[in-house]
Amino acid sequence: MAEKLLELRNISKRFGGVLALDSVDFEIEKGEVHCLVGENGSGKSTLIKIISGIHSPDPGGEICVDGRRISHQKSSNSVREGIQVIYQDLSLFPNLTVAENIAISSRVETGKRLMNWKETEEEAVRTMKKIGVSLDTRREVSQLSIAERQIVAICRAINANARLVIMDEPTASLSKNEVQSLIKVINELQNREIATLFVSHKLDEIMAVAQRVTVLRDGKKVGVFDASELTRQKLSYLMTGKEFEYTKLPPYSGDEIVLEVRKLSRTGNYKEIDLKVHKGEIVCITGLMGSGRTELVLSLFGMNPPDEGEIFVCGRKINPTGAVDAIRAGIAYVPEDRLQHGLVMNQPVGKNIVLTVLKRILSRIRFISKAKESMEVKRWIEELSIKVPSVDSPVNTLSGGNQQRVVIAKWLAINPKVLILDSPTVGIDVAAKDSIYRIIRELAAEGISIIMITDEAEEAIYHSNTTYIMSAGRIIGKYNSSELTEKELYEKINKI
Amino acid sequence: MRRSTRSNSGLRKIFVKSEFYLLLVIVAVSLLFTIMKPSFLTFTNIYGMVESNSFLAIMAAGVLVVLISGGIDISFTAIATVAQYVMATIVIRWGGNMFLAFAIGGAVGIGLGLVNALLIYFLRTPSIIVTIATMNLFYGLLIFISGGTWIYGFPMWFMERNLVRFGDNPGITIPILVLVLSFILTWLILKYTALGRNIYAVGGNQEAARRVGISVLKTQLFVYCYMGFLAGVASTVQANMMLTVAPNALMGRELEVLAAVVLGGASLAGGTGSILGTILGFGLIIIVQNGLTLLGISSYWHKVFVGAIIVISVGITAYQRKLRERKGAIINVEE
Repeated sequence: MAEKLLELRNISKRFGGVLALDSVDFEIEKGEVHCLVGENGSGKSTLIKIISGIHSPDPGGEICVDGRRISHQKSSNSVREGIQVIYQDLSLFPNLTVAENIAISSRVETGKRLMNWKETEEEAVRTMKKIGVSLDTRREVSQLSIAERQIVAICRAINANARLVIMDEPTASLSKNEVQSLIKVINELQNREIATLFVSHKLDEIMAVAQRVTVLRDGKKVGVFDASELTRQKLSYLMTGKEFEYTKLPPYSGDEIVLEVRKLSRTGNYKEIDLKVHKGEIVCITGLMGSGRTELVLSLFGMNPPDEGEIFVCGRKINPTGAVDAIRAGIAYVPEDRLQHGLVMNQPVGKNIVLTVLKRILSRIRFISKAKESMEVKRWIEELSIKVPSVDSPVNTLSGGNQQRVVIAKWLAINPKVLILDSPTVGIDVAAKDSIYRIIRELAAEGISIIMITDEAEEAIYHSNTTYIMSAGRIIGKYNSSELTEKELYEKINKI
Repeated sequence: MRRSTRSNSGLRKIFVKSEFYLLLVIVAVSLLFTIMKPSFLTFTNIYGMVESNSFLAIMAAGVLVVLISGGIDISFTAIATVAQYVMATIVIRWGGNMFLAFAIGGAVGIGLGLVNALLIYFLRTPSIIVTIATMNLFYGLLIFISGGTWIYGFPMWFMERNLVRFGDNPGITIPILVLVLSFILTWLILKYTALGRNIYAVGGNQEAARRVGISVLKTQLFVYCYMGFLAGVASTVQANMMLTVAPNALMGRELEVLAAVVLGGASLAGGTGSILGTILGFGLIIIVQNGLTLLGISSYWHKVFVGAIIVISVGITAYQRKLRERKGAIINVEE
């Protein structure tokens, strides 16, 4: 048995009346790649905050590093023990160079009063060499891609003599290729005896990279498993305590066309796109990031007008040059980045839902009618079973899954014929995904046509009637989703 | 990982920087003024132009540091005015020397800057609100206590401005020397001290700065005290040039200074800006004002021109950002 780097025994944490962690044991071996999974609210982030010293555990818990018991009151203690956390926001300084970002923690720690630029550069180059990457040390971090920024954050952790690097959802905004190179870096860390604790929702990645997986549910530890003995099915069962089995949707059989696109082109985005979406059909558009899929649906929603080609809704030609045109034609769009583009985060749930239909809730003197507003809000909260403490709670207090539902509610309120969903399940957990799938299926059954963009092969196969694959701005294939297998689809997307 | 070609990246960097464009504009504008009015490009004119604006430029260096840290200070002209009154009262009543005059000005500035820093840190209120409040507080108290009277009658030693003379030309004067020293000091602090780099870090991402163990309180204490210090020093320079102290000599010029620093590439969002940019931004504004004066254009138009320059420069920056963002979304469509 390998040596233990970190051991937590009998850790509990109570916040007010909520027991966030309930006597959890947890351990990481030296140089291990370990994964921590669980649904939102299962206690993952509390556990990480205890490891990194932001929270201290309730009395009775013990934390040992190298078999030594340590008092874990302050985050500086955990830094001294070589524990580095890379938060989802990466905590980098966008205005500083790569070199300065990598060397900053060691500069602050040594307490030097003067800045030695040459030493900083050398330190950065040396650290990057350790994990076999090279970036221009003089570039500003604001000019780097997300994947490159992640490398900088990892280098900074290594430079601070990390023995355990904790990564919170590191792959949330990376493309498939970028994830591959991240995995390479993690393997390189492992060669240097640096352990990695990986927190993720993406079950495929977990299985590709981790040796062991710790599963949490409702603040309790479900167990520790070898990654090799897990399947996706088993893992989602362990996380939720529920079986999620989906039946594939049959090929679409009706013939009432709701949306038709003919030879749509836009320079630098996509070319000669033909697309037909029927009443109540779920159409999936998949492809690598940068294949033009988001740009295409933005064109349908009027926010990225095409150069050539035609768009028909129920046989009538439309030329949407703004979201207002598209909404009038019955097209709704739920963006991928719901935080930035989909919701007014600090506003109440109710106010967000009625944002698209303000006209409908006006009173006779053209003021907003409170009664009509609350009726509308109540209807959608019930229909989509959104869990909210009250309609006046700000959206940013909700969980990811519920936020997604609020966005969908907001767009359903306009009674759309076509609902476009861009990556609707990114960053939400298994159970929340399940409820989104249910909503999509119900909406389709009611006759709304759905266009869903997705990265995940499984999502396309199980939750759509028809799958289109895009690559380099063109549609390279149209399939009945139920006839595809994941491997086939994956190979087609990546053109293997 | 990507690697940019090193050979020409240095040169390319220069062209990308906004300082380069500012320099181009300054050269073009100066050329235009020289053609229309040859007396523009004379040593006496340029020297006079720099000297008469030196006190504003000294404060600009302080504003730069505050902006980089992610804050803003509106109260510095009020601080300067208070420092000027205290300094003048003391040296007229008890005498002293030039060094003491600057020390008093600087010390009063540091004290008032400290008030700003503590309020901003402990109230966790945006610095713009706090400094608007303290501007009124400092200035109001000053007028109440002093009765708003002008101060004259500085001692003889205070009236000497020249340190070194070269024949008939103006030599090195106190305003020029102090200006150069404060720019060099600010540059050294920003580029070569840990403190200066912490200021950039706090301005770039305050939460991340806290996480790596940088003390945000200490950084802010320094930033606002340094701003106060330079305001006090600048006010002493201004008194040295004018030989009178008036309550309204400096007030109302804070936005002008702020605009020059922003024109020089400092962002109101924090984290960016350099002393070179500030010199160029400030330089452009005083060159335009001076040129227009030489051409005999009414001073009311100066404000219009300064406003127009700022709008155009901000417009260009916004346009560049738009181009960059669009570039990111281009897909190589297969033909």
